[in-house]
Amino acid sequence: MATNRSGDPMRAPVAGWLFVTPMIVILGLFLILPIVMALWVSVSNWSGRGSPFGGSTQFVGIANYSDLLTKPGLARQDFMTSLRNTFFYVIGVVPLQTALALMLAVLVNQKFLRGRTFFRTAFYFPSVVSSVAITLVFLFLFAGSGAVNGALAWVGINGPNWFADPRGLIHLAGDWIGVWNINDPPSVLTGTRLVNLSLWEWIKGPSVAMSAIMLQVIWTTAGTFMLMFLAALQDLPVEVEEAARVDGANARQRFWNVTIPHLRPTIMLVVTLGTPCSCSSPFSTSSPSSSSS
Amino acid sequence: MLFSVLYIFPFIIQLVTSFKTQTDASLNPLSLAPAPFTTEAIERLADTKFPRWFFNSVWVSVLVTIARVFFCSLAGYALARLKFRGRGALFTAILAVMSVPGIVLLLPKFLALKYYGIYDTPGALVIPLMCDAAGVFIMKQFFESIPPSVEEAARIDGAGTFRTFWSIVLPMAKPALITLTILSFQGSWNELGHFIIASQNENLYTLTRGVAGFASGGLGSGTQFPIKMAAALVMTIPTAIVFIIFQRFFTQGANAGADKG
Repeated sequence: MATNRSGDPMRAPVAGWLFVTPMIVILGLFLILPIVMALWVSVSNWSGRGSPFGGSTQFVGIANYSDLLTKPGLARQDFMTSLRNTFFYVIGVVPLQTALALMLAVLVNQKFLRGRTFFRTAFYFPSVVSSVAITLVFLFLFAGSGAVNGALAWVGINGPNWFADPRGLIHLAGDWIGVWNINDPPSVLTGTRLVNLSLWEWIKGPSVAMSAIMLQVIWTTAGTFMLMFLAALQDLPVEVEEAARVDGANARQRFWNVTIPHLRPTIMLVVTLGTPCSCSSPFSTSSPSSSSS
Repeated sequence: MLFSVLYIFPFIIQLVTSFKTQTDASLNPLSLAPAPFTTEAIERLADTKFPRWFFNSVWVSVLVTIARVFFCSLAGYALARLKFRGRGALFTAILAVMSVPGIVLLLPKFLALKYYGIYDTPGALVIPLMCDAAGVFIMKQFFESIPPSVEEAARIDGAGTFRTFWSIVLPMAKPALITLTILSFQGSWNELGHFIIASQNENLYTLTRGVAGFASGGLGSGTQFPIKMAAALVMTIPTAIVFIIFQRFFTQGANAGADKG
């Protein structure tokens, strides 16, 4: 811990501890203890009834962990399914939300754009609204006869029944380009099993239902990351861009060769902050069964 | 332009649909004019436990915000300015705690609340949220940025540590306090996970918990979209007001969050 630049901190052996006591009590009781409890329960044979610190609960080492990986059964199947879902969720959400945030930031940063503050507000607003409220709106927009399918119908597309559609995107894409028939998948893929799931199930991709959730998440969080990109963009000296312009670089070249290299640290930050956020996303929407089946 | 439509349209739909009839909402989900215009959805919402949940959200958020601002400033100040044994270790512990994703702790937190015997009481809604590591972090950062000379003068004049903190340092910290107030209010107003594990009595639901029940069929038969949109609208309004008034501080808060990365 760094002492501050101007002068030493004051010596306050008693007051110091008194000041941090409320924090220690609250975080200790409601954060540290639950963490300890979770760790302990994960290496014990606690039955789920009574106190996990009671006499009948025994230490079993890493048995629970190894069971999860080696014992065939429903627990492992669920675990593998959620691993697969999380994987597709993260590789879908993180790049898209980063790209959208960057796009929004570049858009709002344009000097000739009128009403920049308004746009910035509009893009950031979903980040401060309750996820429950947003989920309700998205359930309505993506309902079978909802606004999204209504808009798709205008351009002649018959939209899916979003939140109730368990079909995988990669399965659908393969069917569409003719690699396989989704109703009759190749037996090489369905026949080969790899820890509880067949290859066919592993490569399913995010389900249509999960894609709708992902769209909602990307739409919601892009605003927060837009602010980070915006802060970085405003640090980019105007002269650098001017110099590139004088040297004859067009808008696209300036973006790829000046703006992007300048933003590299921020892109790293957005990806590192975005990955754990989306890894621990609870899918609070209505149909967990269809997105995980 | 396309993006602003994508970002504003959902909120307009939410507003408009709140004043539609059930049939109108399902037949013309895209139309922006309710035909006929009706406040039926809002009246029906008032007949549910919604007003009670709204009231719960208000008092829970107010109490959480007051406690959080006070406790986080105290701890942030101590970590930034007071020298005591174990300070460095404590700060490291806070950083470690911040990195644990909240979702994995929901079940253990529920067990802890049961263990302490406060599960399903009003206290369970408020007490666990009264301090958060990120708030302590923001306040610590801020206190480190103000020059210590003023406090030293106060101490030479004989003011005690708490007095110096309360009447000299806190008034100088107004921008950070406002930022933290807003983040805490918004955070507790929108909190869902904690309220799911803290109570099962419908009278102790907050808005997020109660309305989340609507999403999973708590309203009985039919899609009931106008009522759902009205509920979403009413729970968005307080955040919208706070957001529009204090927009500047929201952006600062978001960047304070970015600094820790």
